[in-house]
Amino acid sequence: MKKTILFLLIIYTLTGISVIRVEAYASKGNALHEETLSNGLKVFALKDPAATLAVFQIWYNAGSIHEQIGKTGLSHLLEHMMFKGTPQYGPKEFSRIIKRAGGIDNAGTSKDYVYYFQKLAPDRLHLSIELESDRMRNLILRPDDTISERDVVMEERRMRYEDDPQRLVYEEVIAAAFKNHPYRWPVIGWMSDLKAITRDDLLKYYKSRYVPNNAFIVVGGNIDVESVMEKIRNSFGAIPIGPEIKKLDIEEPEQLGERRVFVKKEAELPYVLSVYKTPNIFNEDSYALDVLSMVLSGGKSARIYKSLIDEQHIALSAGAGYSSTYRYPFVFYFYGTALPGKKIEDVENALYAEIDRIKKEPPSEREVLKAKNQIEADFIMSQDSIYYQAMLIAEFEMIGDWRLKDRYLDGIRAVTPEDLQRVAKKYLIKDKRTVGTLIPLKNTDSKAVPRVTESIAGH
Amino acid sequence: MNIKNILLKKIIFATVIINLFFILSPHQTFPLDVKRKVLDNGLILLISERHNLPVVKVSLGINAGNLMEPAEKAGLSSLVASLLTDGTASRTAEQISESIEFVGGSIGASGGGDYNSASLSVLKKDIALGFELLSDIILHPVFPEDEFEKKKQRVKGSLKAREEDPDFLASREFTKTLFGDHPYGRLISGTAETIDNIKREDLIEFHSTYYVPENSVMSVVGDIEPEEVEKLFDTYFSKWDTKTSMNTSLPQLEANRKKQTIKIDKDLTQATVRLGHVGVSRDNPDYYAISVMNYILGGGGFASRLMQNVREEKGLVYDISSYFNADRQGGSFQVTFQTKNESANVAIEEVLEEIKKIRNNPVTDRELADAKAFLTGSFPMRIETSSRIANFLVAVEFYDLGVGYIDDYPVFINNVLKEDVLRVAKKYLDLGQFILVVVANQDKAGLKDRFE
Repeated sequence: MKKTILFLLIIYTLTGISVIRVEAYASKGNALHEETLSNGLKVFALKDPAATLAVFQIWYNAGSIHEQIGKTGLSHLLEHMMFKGTPQYGPKEFSRIIKRAGGIDNAGTSKDYVYYFQKLAPDRLHLSIELESDRMRNLILRPDDTISERDVVMEERRMRYEDDPQRLVYEEVIAAAFKNHPYRWPVIGWMSDLKAITRDDLLKYYKSRYVPNNAFIVVGGNIDVESVMEKIRNSFGAIPIGPEIKKLDIEEPEQLGERRVFVKKEAELPYVLSVYKTPNIFNEDSYALDVLSMVLSGGKSARIYKSLIDEQHIALSAGAGYSSTYRYPFVFYFYGTALPGKKIEDVENALYAEIDRIKKEPPSEREVLKAKNQIEADFIMSQDSIYYQAMLIAEFEMIGDWRLKDRYLDGIRAVTPEDLQRVAKKYLIKDKRTVGTLIPLKNTDSKAVPRVTESIAGH
Repeated sequence: MNIKNILLKKIIFATVIINLFFILSPHQTFPLDVKRKVLDNGLILLISERHNLPVVKVSLGINAGNLMEPAEKAGLSSLVASLLTDGTASRTAEQISESIEFVGGSIGASGGGDYNSASLSVLKKDIALGFELLSDIILHPVFPEDEFEKKKQRVKGSLKAREEDPDFLASREFTKTLFGDHPYGRLISGTAETIDNIKREDLIEFHSTYYVPENSVMSVVGDIEPEEVEKLFDTYFSKWDTKTSMNTSLPQLEANRKKQTIKIDKDLTQATVRLGHVGVSRDNPDYYAISVMNYILGGGGFASRLMQNVREEKGLVYDISSYFNADRQGGSFQVTFQTKNESANVAIEEVLEEIKKIRNNPVTDRELADAKAFLTGSFPMRIETSSRIANFLVAVEFYDLGVGYIDDYPVFINNVLKEDVLRVAKKYLDLGQFILVVVANQDKAGLKDRFE
């Protein structure tokens, strides 16, 4: 429950199978080796003697924020194409080799980045190293593969967005909240843009962004760091440095009043999503915002569950969340689905009432301590998987510096009840929010009553 | 057998050895050193020490799934489970959630088909509190009337909300059609009607009948020694009394074997398709050959034929897979995918074609070797974390897979021959009598007559 709420936004933006724990923070003291190859490729090697599996991840600074208008969805489509083969390894051969070795592999694209990973036995890491270094420079991108993969992504878009009313609301809200920053378009891209992407667009993007100086590797497990590093140096070291990567420098103009959008769609229950622009982890206030999200929404004893779901009994589900690990300032969000027969306006107002309560009176010491304990325990428990340990290093590195993760818990511990009140007053302001409401339409032509037909004839 | 095959066998053999070594060798610190104990009151206790983190995970399986509830009160088992944390003789719902959340832990229970599960997750320092709460919710729940009423409303609300999800609709209709009145044919949560038939007394009676130690399996995994676990048991579970008057006769399963098509019309861009028929129970000796066969057909992701054909070659779907759901009393075979309304017919044709192929022709040596290599080699992934191990140990007990299951599994898989794959494909895949559920904009999907 707790996790579902926290991960809401990330799940929506990711397109691989993965769910990222943004609020998890690494390091139980395992040794991290950091090295930069001469072509600019950074490598982090994490030795965890307790890990049964190894993980290999390669991260490219090539998320959807780097796309151009009219070609949205390009980064994610390219992620798909990365499995379509090189001269040495045919289409999907990558995944087959990994599976044959008892491993799994996949990839994910977010607004900020793209990453590829394998999970496998530590003595098979050479496969990851060989295959990933090969596709960093030798991707074929056959024209007909591009067309058929575009179709696949369109099916993915239909599945994830077009036929899911609550996700459509999310897409609309973010598009309305951001006018200028490329955060405004969805990672998966607009349907019409997907049709417009050509093989040349992909190739150009690949050549400019899939270069060692725009990527880094995180490898972890019960590994012999030096021998793994040796293999990485041999395979990746020869790849030439790419063109210099310009830093994205786009600011979102100040929002001067509440924005509202509506989605009318066949659905069962009304839903509301309300987002407030907030800073990311580079701002000290982010720690207080994190703790605030737990006080509001960290489980059944947190305020929103208690009030909207338990006491007032107006919402089927409701919560709040904040993602501080976006590279550029993103949002703090509230959401709720009305119980049958209840009004969505009442759900929305009840969410705002919780904000007002914080503004009027700081939460109790015990509530704040509980929230901090939850964050800290989650942090410890997430270390059981080498995959998440690697993920954490990578996410912070992608924002700017993996060492931020070590300062994270100190930042959390320093938060006071008054800080929560202060950040609520500073950021959770009506004029700065964007609200989306789902208005369910009932399809009168068709009924969701199954029509059963029977026949005896076989195939 | 030609030389290539022999070589291949050797390679597979080598793979297995490596993986076994990987699992068992102590310096790899693989944690599955399991202590099994049957306590005086009948509870089976499984303990596995893992000291990599100061964390303890507990999983409790109770033979009280929806198999045990009457049809007219479907949802009873699940309601009992989810209300355990909503009030005990000495604690309110809020006291329970507040005290566990204050230490950053979690406790909960949920309904299931073959059994229900309760789980506890705490830092080691809070283990006594965790056990106290766990024992309290299992031994002394009181199912307060007001919490019960609220829960019923919420369950009904979420049933309505789930109607939005085409996959939920397809799955619900599929299992209902296949298993009919048997509990496997019902939703674990019940329906709005059956939930209204449930009274508070039913909850109390169901709990006192089925939540008994000889009906339960508990696993404790993490930073804790067996002596400490036993001490905790003495303190918190010694009063959990055994009972003998339990109804153990289970409803008989008779799956529907007719050909049947179900169409649900909704204003969607994609058709959600579920195609399949009766499967096998978990104790079927062919289970492992079926696992290999299904991996090749549609269980192996990008290594599977369905994915290769329908996604890679035709670009018709984002995802497609097949699986055998093998439960205690029986199971199902299902293929699921989504494709734009207009492609529904052609995608269904392709699926049937792949089923036909695997029924008529042997798989290749390469496919067989790849399937075995993955199924055996990826086993450690299934038990990577303490939570996973805790759940795994309970499942191994409930399905009676034996304490040596981790060692046996690769042997079972590697014993599967090409002939076995063909044999189980012919025996357990049926092209004549299958259930087809299509949730779609039916005008646009225009399902062909032969599928109707």
